[in-house]
Amino acid sequence: MIDKKFNLAEQAVADIQDGATLLVGGFGGSGLPSNLIAALTEQGAKNLTVVSNNIGAVSDGVAALISNNQVSKIMCSFPVGPHADDLIQRLENGKIELEIVPQGTLAERIRAGGAGIPAFYTPTGVHTELGEGKEVRVFNNREYLLEEAIVGDYAFVKADTADRWGNLVYRKTQRNFNPVMATAAKTTIAEVNRIVEVGELDPEEIITQSVYVHRLVLLDGVREGRVLINE
Amino acid sequence: MSKQQEKSIGWTMPVLAAHVANDLEDGWCVNLGIGLPTLVADFIPEGKEIILHSENGLLGLGPKPAPGEEDMDLVNAGKEPITLEPGGSYFSQSESFAMIRGGHLDAAVLGAFQVSQYGDLASWKLPDKLLGRVGGAMDLTVGSKRVYLFMKHCTKTGEAKIVEKCEYPLTAKHCVDRIYTDLAIVDVTQNGLVVRQLAPGVTFDYVQERTAAPLKKGEAVTSEIESTGVQT
Repeated sequence: MIDKKFNLAEQAVADIQDGATLLVGGFGGSGLPSNLIAALTEQGAKNLTVVSNNIGAVSDGVAALISNNQVSKIMCSFPVGPHADDLIQRLENGKIELEIVPQGTLAERIRAGGAGIPAFYTPTGVHTELGEGKEVRVFNNREYLLEEAIVGDYAFVKADTADRWGNLVYRKTQRNFNPVMATAAKTTIAEVNRIVEVGELDPEEIITQSVYVHRLVLLDGVREGRVLINE
Repeated sequence: MSKQQEKSIGWTMPVLAAHVANDLEDGWCVNLGIGLPTLVADFIPEGKEIILHSENGLLGLGPKPAPGEEDMDLVNAGKEPITLEPGGSYFSQSESFAMIRGGHLDAAVLGAFQVSQYGDLASWKLPDKLLGRVGGAMDLTVGSKRVYLFMKHCTKTGEAKIVEKCEYPLTAKHCVDRIYTDLAIVDVTQNGLVVRQLAPGVTFDYVQERTAAPLKKGEAVTSEIESTGVQT
């Protein structure tokens, strides 16, 4: 019988190795898998490459991993916010590498990674600092940049409801990067507010199919709203 | 010109927002950038249906919720709580940017640090800052059918933001169609920057003095000055 549920977030993140690439869903605090992040700060894996849209918007996001010295590279579109001080300090002393990626390019690089497409051309970023060094090709008299796919070893996603197979349904704008990232990692771990029996979700409403989800962690409320480093 | 006069001249930001809202056409899908441009949402005329897009994954953005009714799973691109209009929907980031990049938005209203006479935009990074904040700006500027800027005409220290060539890192080249400022509404055309409307109490020369690129008078502008009888 398929059962992807782990009783504790700590168990679901236990095998994450030093040097892993981690995709973290969420847009600011909305749809942020903060319980999995908290578990990873305790687990302690280091030299992580973290791909996430916002860094520093909230204290219990990727900022907590940065403050805990677990991150060596960040890929994001918006590295600014009230909790970005530790990122800035580590950038200045060379402890972290930062790759700023336009938000749509970030989403599409992850989508491509999940869809088996190694690279694609996009008009975004042509003739800008963020396009420097990238291949430019002209299609129909317009210039495009070659962008390469992003694949993660792990993805942390947040959803509202899962079924036992790992089908996911989101709540409102919590969805954001979560369904895209769920497709693009070798191991996708979802933290969810409830888990229902197979068949209880309307097939028309399932946003992330179970094939993409490997582990489920049910929020027990213990960590909900927990205050982490910096606050 | 004394400081007192400087302060009182031109459109206030809410009035300017109403001008932008007035120029958006019934049925358009529009993205409003973080900050000043979000003001436009409050001034969409009664009876005009504009569908607002929020790049974090929402079409049909509604007004701010009443105090106590905020839902942190329902936020805009500025991470502020908002509401969803009837007919609205949620979608993923890749879908959201497929809409943007695929040319499905009729207009994006964005802020700016600098804009050039050719419509080049600099809006994501200041030269003296370590970090830029690109977000969706580069995608919105290359993908939207029209890019309108909503901004103060000059910086807080009085420097022109409309320039011959952007000195700050570019968001995109040749992307801006129209510039709305507290002093004037300026079109970016094949023939350069054309002033289409002046704020009350503002002359063409006054705007030109505060613009570091050559401006042309639009056809309607002369009559506006005459009708308001404005002197510098």
